[in-house]
Amino acid sequence: MDSALLVHRLHFAFTITFHYLFPQLTMGLAPLIVVLKSLALRTGNAHYNDAARFWAKVFGINFVLGVVTGIPMEFQFGTNWAHFSRLTGGVIAQPIVMEGVFSFFLESAFLGLFLFGEKRLSPRGHWWAAFAVFVGSWLSGFFIIAANAWMQHPVAYQRMADGSFQVTSFWGVLLNPWALLQYAHNMSGAVITGAFVMSAVGAFYLLEHRHQEHARIFVRIGVIAGVIFSILQLFPTGDLHGKYLARHQPAALASMEALWETQSGAPMVFIGQPDVQRRRIDNPVQVNRALSFLIYGTFGAEVKGLNAYPEEDWPQNIPLLYYSYHIMAGLGTVFIAVMLVAAFLLWRRRLFDSRWMLWVLMLCLPFPYIANTAGWMTSELGRQPWLVYGLLRTSVGYSQTVSAGNAWFTLLGYMGLYTVLAIFFVFLIGRVIAQGPEAALRNRKGAPVTAPEVSH
Amino acid sequence: METTWFALVALMLTAYVVLDGFDIGAGILHLYVARTDAERRLVLRTIGPVWDGNEVWLLAAGGTLYFAFPLLYASSFSGFYLPLTIVLWLLVLRAIGIEFRMHLDMAVWRSLFDGLFAFSSILLAIFFGAALGNVVRGVPLGANGYFFEPLWTNWRVGPEPGILDWYTVLTGVVALVSLSIHGAHYVALKTEGAVSRRCMRVARLLWPALVGITIISLIATVYIHPTVLSNYRQHPASLLIPLLVIAALAWMPLALRRGDLKAAFLATSVYLVAMLVGAAVALYPTLLPASTNPAHTLTIYNTATGHYSLRLGLIWWSFGMLIAIGYFVFVYRMFRGKVAIEGDDHGY
Repeated sequence: MDSALLVHRLHFAFTITFHYLFPQLTMGLAPLIVVLKSLALRTGNAHYNDAARFWAKVFGINFVLGVVTGIPMEFQFGTNWAHFSRLTGGVIAQPIVMEGVFSFFLESAFLGLFLFGEKRLSPRGHWWAAFAVFVGSWLSGFFIIAANAWMQHPVAYQRMADGSFQVTSFWGVLLNPWALLQYAHNMSGAVITGAFVMSAVGAFYLLEHRHQEHARIFVRIGVIAGVIFSILQLFPTGDLHGKYLARHQPAALASMEALWETQSGAPMVFIGQPDVQRRRIDNPVQVNRALSFLIYGTFGAEVKGLNAYPEEDWPQNIPLLYYSYHIMAGLGTVFIAVMLVAAFLLWRRRLFDSRWMLWVLMLCLPFPYIANTAGWMTSELGRQPWLVYGLLRTSVGYSQTVSAGNAWFTLLGYMGLYTVLAIFFVFLIGRVIAQGPEAALRNRKGAPVTAPEVSH
Repeated sequence: METTWFALVALMLTAYVVLDGFDIGAGILHLYVARTDAERRLVLRTIGPVWDGNEVWLLAAGGTLYFAFPLLYASSFSGFYLPLTIVLWLLVLRAIGIEFRMHLDMAVWRSLFDGLFAFSSILLAIFFGAALGNVVRGVPLGANGYFFEPLWTNWRVGPEPGILDWYTVLTGVVALVSLSIHGAHYVALKTEGAVSRRCMRVARLLWPALVGITIISLIATVYIHPTVLSNYRQHPASLLIPLLVIAALAWMPLALRRGDLKAAFLATSVYLVAMLVGAAVALYPTLLPASTNPAHTLTIYNTATGHYSLRLGLIWWSFGMLIAIGYFVFVYRMFRGKVAIEGDDHGY
């Protein structure tokens, strides 16, 4: 691969992967905070309001990181992918501007009110501020997914004489079936992150015997949301998305499953290492005919293998794609199992005393992040070697005027900058968690947090 | 239709400069006008609830440029690769400078983020001014519509310029001085006591510098690019714009002397609007002039997207903007009035 192309791809992969660590939590927490605010309004129990305030603090720090790492993303289309932008601006710039116009203004207006205006607003008014932030963050996710979905599955476009794309139907781009499926799957993944983070922090407090009233709220809401959305993530959203993928990106599906030959009754591989050179899977653990059934509903259906497509149209990094997909799907299964057990214990009123389960919930904290990142990688690697699937190759889309050296310089700069951001982020979130939900109110005034609070 | 979108992009960029301009200006002066921790929190509180929304105008303008004039977006963003990336880094640093400061009550931590906030605000103002200077001066566009500029060459204005040369440094300084005064007026208006007084003093001291550098930059622009006057010659009504610049400049010290800070803030806003609209009128219908061969110049016609998109975009764009303006009015009303030293319902 051309070295400039490689570094532009690494550039995008690095900045988007880092960026997406933050919005997945804010998009996932936003509805859970609305739930907490609703419970506070309905029950009048102050603990719910403290809980909402605590998560608002976590939300706020994540939001800042999401915004600052998101701004470069919008400009990177132009800086690093100029030829792509020139050709596709007529289509995908539409959802991108809509994100700015319809959701960023909404979020920025109401987040300030939500975080700092609680005293100026009535409880109901504050609920509405939380709700507006939720709507803004979910709209934002929708527009970005609509832009990405068009690259995955181009619809409602017309190709001009100069090679550029023009939109032919406004609703066509926004209601792209791929976008709707990907959105459902993606947002459910975000709520899983929110739910796991919330229950992990609650479990941590319970194990530490601190803030127990609040911790029970965190664990309860985290587990209830977690069990619902872990299941939704597999069925129907993951299932439908997989079927659509099989129909429209069959080469991507074949690579995800490392299916080299077209066959009837195709197996589903759970574990095993793809060997691209020899076109086989080493040490497979597989269920025969399962893939055919999952995709076409019958065990004997024919599934196209990679041999059905010319090699230059194969995704370039089949092992990475295969592993990303298996990590995502494997973790998704683990999430369902963990949350089902936790929900069962919750229902039997044994969860808060079940220390081993609380340990499991606490230690699960990083896994939704890994699963969501692996999910994005699956989707983006599966689209290769295309920027716009089937229409525009990645190899022609990058900025020809920006040399590999300049792109390396900015990539290294981003790596350095983001490392510093990550250190600050971990430090600040660690402090918020160490201080606990009761401190959320006091600390807002900028007053020093009293020593006993920290040294429990 | 192309003209409409040219006007809309110019409008959004102008809104960005006027709105984010005052919070960048607050950042430029921050270390000087606010000496104690309480004073610095006060300055941050004047912009805290609004700076993020102000910055959205830049994102929305960038996106709108991408939407309406994709070739221009592709060409200029890749051509200004290095400075634009540095601007993005500065925006990141500035945001964390504002947002992270409040989280820890330690002198070193707060000084670090105060410094970061001031440093990034100063450099951003200069870079934005220099960027506008580049657009007015022209860039070495190739026949394919692309170019690449190094950060600087020999500091001369020629066919192969760098991002920084004497002219663009000059426009950078215009931005620095004008945004400083703009920010000083805003902070003075929103605060009381020592901070407010220091802001007024800064505004008074910088005023002669602003008058001088505005005149120099206008002369320099005509000198390097005599064609900028052609639109003004064809439409004499447009000569009202430079008159507005002069009126705004004259108005600033008068308003300040009367202690009417609202009027002073309005005057710098009018000054910025008039300067930017003046530049837009001078450029129209050019978007990015070529310094090498005039035939390669990017105009609104050879870079615009299809008419269907532009027409449709106008509908949802206007709809979205009306709502957005509604939010702005709402938020500014919620946080209207002066911020007090010991206000407690704001986290900064």
